[in-house]
Amino acid sequence: MKYGKEEKTTSLAFSDVVTSRLGGETINRCYQCGTCASSCPVAKITPRFNPREVIKLSLLGVKDEVVSGDAIWLCCSCYNCQERCPQKIEIADVIYALRNIAFKEGYIPNIYSEFASALLNDGRIVKVSKFIENKRPTLGLPPLQPTGVDALRKILSATGFDKLQQKKEEA
Amino acid sequence: MTSYALFLGCTIPARQPNYELSARKALAKLGIELIDLANMTCCAPPPVQSIDLETSLAIAAYNICLAEEADLNLITLCSGCFESLSMANAMLKANEQLKAKINRILSQAGKEFLGSKEVKYYLQVLMDDVGLKRLKRSVSKPLSNLKVAAFYGCHALRPSELLKLDDPERPRILENIIETLGAKSIEYRNKLKCCGGLLRGYSDDLALSLAREKIANTTKAGADCIATLCPFCFVALDIGQIQVKSKFNETYDMPVLHYSELLALALGIDPKELALATHKIKVDKVISKIS
Repeated sequence: MKYGKEEKTTSLAFSDVVTSRLGGETINRCYQCGTCASSCPVAKITPRFNPREVIKLSLLGVKDEVVSGDAIWLCCSCYNCQERCPQKIEIADVIYALRNIAFKEGYIPNIYSEFASALLNDGRIVKVSKFIENKRPTLGLPPLQPTGVDALRKILSATGFDKLQQKKEEA
Repeated sequence: MTSYALFLGCTIPARQPNYELSARKALAKLGIELIDLANMTCCAPPPVQSIDLETSLAIAAYNICLAEEADLNLITLCSGCFESLSMANAMLKANEQLKAKINRILSQAGKEFLGSKEVKYYLQVLMDDVGLKRLKRSVSKPLSNLKVAAFYGCHALRPSELLKLDDPERPRILENIIETLGAKSIEYRNKLKCCGGLLRGYSDDLALSLAREKIANTTKAGADCIATLCPFCFVALDIGQIQVKSKFNETYDMPVLHYSELLALALGIDPKELALATHKIKVDKVISKIS
């Protein structure tokens, strides 16, 4: 990651934005020890992701680089870092909070957009094809119960999730 | 007979009839009744948590509400479902303010989360409701010749503070079950490291690098098969071997079985009833070692 852009985009309030979100509450406790980075299976195989760097940039307020960048999407959500953090920072959850902010601002990777559409359309993020569903009795499986997609849509509308997805479609 | 509401999720009905069949048949044989409830949805796993954590909690809570209405505890077969439902259940039970917030959302769908039920993982049901002693007595085809590389994946164990399945750094629950079935559980390098499954679709190369290491390490350790808990790990390691072959030109032939399939086989269930053709890496070698 580059540090040259700090002057233009630094906003000290960004860490407050993160701590005010579900999952982001603990980010301020970080003293940059690097236990997370040394526990991270992804950081071991690529320079594109390092949890300590993501937290540092967020605390420095380099918001644009964090939310528009690739790094936050490379966390594999294994929670190793979170288990081992001596400051009990919920690091994997902080990454979720950062992704949630990115999503809200329209930085949405295609695969996540597909998950969101599938959820809205079928009530499942992985669609069960008619072919597979019809094959169930021949395998000795009971029929699939209907999904509660109508109730789910009411929930997605109450939280504004359905609007998040539109942002991507407009972009 | 103990009864549970079955939370089936997405990946299992969409792609893994082998897992579903083994779980239904094994649990029936062990006296655990599964009830299929209508109107369940996606559990809201990490991909949905990545989009909006609050929504994911509300979706998980909605599904728990269905079990509460049916007066049943939930059983999940998938680690992703276990993580999201169990995490939501624990968080909402512990935090009144958060519970009130989520209940305001749920009221739009006519639901209210009470926090009156438990979310259990398949493994926990085996330990708590069956127990290793009775499990051992139920084994009719011990897996005596089999060396099994147990693989936990991530979301059965972590975040441990909320999931409380086992020690996240030194778990034993899966090895104990494998050994109760008569097999030998073997050690291998970086056993607890992630399979990379959740990076599939965003960064396939990195996902495959992580899966490749797991396949290489279990092969080097001389395992006859890998036993997975989670449907995502199963995909990453089973289909992953086909992808490793085309990308790295490395051929592995490491059968990957859900521990539930090993359980069903040890309980004497006919392999023909288990849709084993679903596996990309053939499991014939494993079956012939058992029978």
